[in-house]
Amino acid sequence: MNLHISRNRILTLIALVAFFLLLAYASSNFSPYVLRIMNLSAIYVIFAVTFNLIYGYTGQFSLGHAGFAAVGAYVAALLTMSPDQKVANFFLQPIVPLLANVQLPFLAALVIAGLMTAIFSFVAGWPSFRLRGDYLAIATLGLSEIIRVLLINLQSVTNGALGLKGIPGYTNLFWSWGFAVVTIFVVKRLVDSSYGRALMALRDDDVAAEALGVSLLYHKMLALMLSSFFVGIGGGLLANLISTIDPSVFLFFLSYQIVGITVMGGMASLTGSVVAACLYTVFLELLRPIESPFSIGSLDVPGMPGMRMVLFSALLLLVILFSHRGLFGGREFGWDWILDGFDALRKRLKGSKERTGADSDSEEAS
Amino acid sequence: MSLLQLRHLTKRFDGLTAVDNFSAEVDSGELCALIGPNGAGKTTIFNLITGIYEPSEGHVYFEGKDITAKRPDIIAGLGVARTFQNIRLFEGMDVLGNVLVGRHLRLKADPFSAILRLPNYSREERTMREEAMELLESLELSHLAHEDATSLPYGEQRKLEIARALAVKPKLLLLDEPAAGMNPAEREELMAFVVHILDTFELTIFLIEHQMQVVMGICPRIIVIDYGETIAEGPPDAIQNNPRVIEAYLGVGDYA
Repeated sequence: MNLHISRNRILTLIALVAFFLLLAYASSNFSPYVLRIMNLSAIYVIFAVTFNLIYGYTGQFSLGHAGFAAVGAYVAALLTMSPDQKVANFFLQPIVPLLANVQLPFLAALVIAGLMTAIFSFVAGWPSFRLRGDYLAIATLGLSEIIRVLLINLQSVTNGALGLKGIPGYTNLFWSWGFAVVTIFVVKRLVDSSYGRALMALRDDDVAAEALGVSLLYHKMLALMLSSFFVGIGGGLLANLISTIDPSVFLFFLSYQIVGITVMGGMASLTGSVVAACLYTVFLELLRPIESPFSIGSLDVPGMPGMRMVLFSALLLLVILFSHRGLFGGREFGWDWILDGFDALRKRLKGSKERTGADSDSEEAS
Repeated sequence: MSLLQLRHLTKRFDGLTAVDNFSAEVDSGELCALIGPNGAGKTTIFNLITGIYEPSEGHVYFEGKDITAKRPDIIAGLGVARTFQNIRLFEGMDVLGNVLVGRHLRLKADPFSAILRLPNYSREERTMREEAMELLESLELSHLAHEDATSLPYGEQRKLEIARALAVKPKLLLLDEPAAGMNPAEREELMAFVVHILDTFELTIFLIEHQMQVVMGICPRIIVIDYGETIAEGPPDAIQNNPRVIEAYLGVGDYA
């Protein structure tokens, strides 16, 4: 058993090293366009994994990802922009003096962005978790809108509808995937711990969980604040990737996308969230052509912006139809699973060479 | 002093009075039954004790402390655990996982030590698992430890729910109709199981039952309620011959 665990740990380390070597190769050889998609994938992975923590594992439906990502993005942007850039941006109304000269290293800015976002999530979570039922969805939805309105109107802090331009492009593959890996690690470790069991217990039956001494408020807040901390970091990464943000980047639509990705990947499956987030980001890029005019045979289709989302929705419906628990349905990728799969395959190949009828046994044995 | 004291508990739901000026005491180490016809208010009394409902009037004292309308998880932390009439197991977890949730409230390590698997957390997790397995062994459920909780046969699910409540290390265990939906043989086995628990663990058991015969053999003291009021209290034979009890169960008539 212990041997088993250390073998898996070594395999994970090797895989991580290989993965980051691949990223190193990619960042010096791939085109900026491909790199951007890879970075975006990592950010969507962070969003989907954190949404899975709050919804898939804890059973609390939150629609706050857009608002939380906005807080993270603005905080990180304001903390990383140079004083000169800020002067250039805030020409309608000067920036508040407090923020005018602050410029922090990227890591510090991201961590502060995460903490600020966690505080915002507290504001939505605290009142709604005191009630039974899906009040969190309403509260986070409302909060997202409030945040957006604040972003538009707090001219001297956020530069209003003009947004922020010239945010330093610090985000690279190491930052984005580094934080994606940290997020996955933290969420996975949490859900595999006693706290994770408490979260799943209150998701399955809150009355029984509470009767066993699980404090509902504490555990829901734990899941929400941890999740939004990483959403804030994801928002900061996004701001420093696209280098121009304004309130319209964080429309409510973003929250819907995250819900869709997570449901498609599978509730309570981090593997599902990661795979679905990457597929979503890549496919959304590959499908760009269908929004420009094209023709199928003699049928001319005019360019329709938004066609990609129609296709995504149809795809989501198909996944739900054929596998209603999502692509991975609560299962996780694991070394045991892969190695057992190899073993079974090997036995099967060997068996079919020796005697064609014997492979059904080896399949059952695995 | 008695372990649990219920003083003049009243619970009204809009017009309906489910529990009406109910008073009772349960002593330490006792196995006491609360019986009554359907809709007599038995489960409501359990919900008032465990903080799921707030009483309209009256007080609940546990070990002399007023625990009226405290949060259910706080009451559990003080040492009151319960099972439910309709079994409420955690579907997504195996048998061991269900029992481990009952241990969670004793966990001292904070979430960050848990995420980083710091030594203090790992130590606690290990003892939690050992204790949970010991508990399952002592209840002869350990061979099911890694089965899905909801895939167990009905009788085993009942036992698992009791095991999960025992994981809380309660001083007072409340069992809400543990033998509901069982045939006479299964009921007998379950009642033997309850007596086994009382003998093995140092605790007090207060149980709800709908049928009188089930508890006659094992409970030295029975409280009978109807329409939210106590109508009789005492040893089984006295209860059996009490005219008000017979009336409540069989209705008024000359045949009693």
